[in-house]
Amino acid sequence: MLDALAATGKTMQQDQQMSNSPDKTIASDSVAEFIGTTKRFGSITAADGLSLRIRRGEFLSFLGPSGCGKTTALRMLAGFERPTEGDVLIDGSNVSGLPAHRRPVNMVFQHYALFPHMNVAQNVGYGLRQRRPRMPKAEIAQKVAKALGTVRLSDFSDRRIWELSGGQQQRVALARAIVNEPKILLLDEPMAALDAKLRGEMQRELLALQRSLGITFVLVTHDQEEALAMSDRICIMGNGRIAQVGTPGDLYDRPRSRYVADFVGKANILTAEIIETRDKLVTVRLRSGALVAVQQNPDDSRAQADIAIRPEALSLAAPDAPLPVATATLPARVTHRTFLGDHTEYLLEADDLGTLQVNVPQQAERVSGGHDVGARVHVLWPEGTGLVLAADD
Amino acid sequence: MAMTPSRARGLLLTPAGLWYAALLLLPLAVVLIFSFGERSPIGGYAPGFTFAQYANLPARFAAFRNTLTLAPIGTLAALLIAYPLAYFLAVKVTPKWKTLLLVLVIVPFWTSILIRSYAWIFLLGGKGIPALLAHLGLEDIRLLNTPFAVLVGIVYGYLPLMVFPIYVALEKLDKRLLEASADLGTPPWRSFLQITLPLSMPGVLTGCMLVFILLMGEFLIPAILGGGKVFFVGNALVDLFLQSRNWAFGSAVAVALVVVMLVVVALYSRAVKRFGATRDDTGLM
Ligand SMILES: Nc1ncnc2c1ncn2[C@@H]1O[C@H](COP(=O)(O)OP(=O)(O)OP(=O)(O)O)[C@@H](O)[C@H]1O
Ligand SMILES: [Mg+2]
Repeated sequence: MLDALAATGKTMQQDQQMSNSPDKTIASDSVAEFIGTTKRFGSITAADGLSLRIRRGEFLSFLGPSGCGKTTALRMLAGFERPTEGDVLIDGSNVSGLPAHRRPVNMVFQHYALFPHMNVAQNVGYGLRQRRPRMPKAEIAQKVAKALGTVRLSDFSDRRIWELSGGQQQRVALARAIVNEPKILLLDEPMAALDAKLRGEMQRELLALQRSLGITFVLVTHDQEEALAMSDRICIMGNGRIAQVGTPGDLYDRPRSRYVADFVGKANILTAEIIETRDKLVTVRLRSGALVAVQQNPDDSRAQADIAIRPEALSLAAPDAPLPVATATLPARVTHRTFLGDHTEYLLEADDLGTLQVNVPQQAERVSGGHDVGARVHVLWPEGTGLVLAADD
Repeated sequence: MAMTPSRARGLLLTPAGLWYAALLLLPLAVVLIFSFGERSPIGGYAPGFTFAQYANLPARFAAFRNTLTLAPIGTLAALLIAYPLAYFLAVKVTPKWKTLLLVLVIVPFWTSILIRSYAWIFLLGGKGIPALLAHLGLEDIRLLNTPFAVLVGIVYGYLPLMVFPIYVALEKLDKRLLEASADLGTPPWRSFLQITLPLSMPGVLTGCMLVFILLMGEFLIPAILGGGKVFFVGNALVDLFLQSRNWAFGSAVAVALVVVMLVVVALYSRAVKRFGATRDDTGLM
């Protein structure tokens, strides 16, 4: 498959089936569904016509900047908010009017919300003690012990909550939720209160847990790396709406809009005039007059569009170097050069075009000997890399 | 020259120590000494050493009985009224109205309890509530000068003292805990029993302690609404010190009251501790 936006993009797990249009799965495969779900708080529309199928057993993340409605979407799944319009389905049945305590989902809260008047085991067993008819005490104790073992807190069952570290509290919150074997586990920025090192550790643990339990996880985060590292699919939100849903690889290689291209990874975004479309390639004229061929955006017939290209898809050559075939060249001057270990980041002023970022792998940098700040260079744009973005709505 | 830490601490504690000695221990010592003395023929105190005053305590049995029944009942009644009120103020009312309603709880304090109790004389007297009841066919109901009148008075007077500690406890309760409880499958009323109630217990215990201890020393409300028929130990003390000027016997009654109070408070805190312990051992429900 052609990586449209980044010819040298990172290798990402790419499920052939998953990278197709994500919303067209069969119904029995989905554990929950938003159907035109809207939530308004007074004049604020926190969630605006969400439509999304959450697949059974997947790890889905809601990703987006602060205030874009991620938490609201999650809280509508949990039952804390009732949709103003539209519906929420869980396991095929409409739960829009069902209160939180009657939904087969459990949540890990951002600040854990552990019960301070109960010890660790009592916290974890809380959900099981609510079952009616009652679950036998021995069975509760056994399940609690198993859940505590899963999060590696077996020796802590008699501890008080305030005697635990942040990471341990988070694991208690996790155990308190998974012990109920929910259909979906909801996590609202569960790692936000942890320091960077612990966060990485918890991410790996969480992922391993999800694989071993087979429970559907829905995570809310504004941390792009976290979402990319953990999710099977990411739902990118902006302004209460879903901007794009896809695998991490999808979103990186084929962002539908400028918003997504900007949000996931770094991208050069340029305005261009569309000249002609042949096969799936579009020839566009940049502002400098240069012609480049990029990937088409399906069902698009605009004369003008934004196009995006990843910094690592471009390369640099000295002005006198022989030009490779099927490559457009943009003359430019180096303005900044930052060594970043495995690659060097160049900022360039392209003639009549503006600022471009180009990332050169260290290997190529060693071969060419690098380019000094102020030097004239050619930016090389291989045919068929980069793509046309849809208009932002 | 530098002071040793312990000497410095000793110096720092001196003012507090002096204050404690002057305001608490000294009067208590005086009362204790008086209680073993005698009434001088012209009233007041005559030195001596006799247990006669203590032997005479049963003469004031009714005052102790009234205090020891009406103070706990009054505390309980105040709690039962204050809790829903505090819950309403802390949980249900929007922030916009909260301040206003809280001020309304305090407003009665701006007038002396004396005047407010006199207002109750009118309300409970023949032309007040009994007259209303008579309209409804309930003739001949006496309210004033009964234990009930005293109870109404003390509940009314001490309600704010009960409301505020409970309000504070409920106000600082993390609402997310209730969401977590609901999320784990608990209907609202059971969340109240398992989360809200236990976590507001510190406020409840503080309020009860505060009201109970103050009630044990109450004398104004029984004097006004009890009409001399329902009197507390406080009334007995006023009578002995100011009217019959029997300081020695008055001191013995005062010492007895302090002892009773200490015993009750000790039992209370032991019960509270045990309550805490069972909660730890068995979990709720
Ligand atoms: N209970 C509420 N009352 C009024 N407005 C609300 C309420 N909850 C959320 N909002 C508003 O809805 C919008 C979306 O909020 P939401 O909490 O879903 O954002 P978010 O994406 O989770 O942001 P963050 O990353 O900061 O947590 C915001 O503008 C917020 O102010
Ligand atoms: Mg949020």
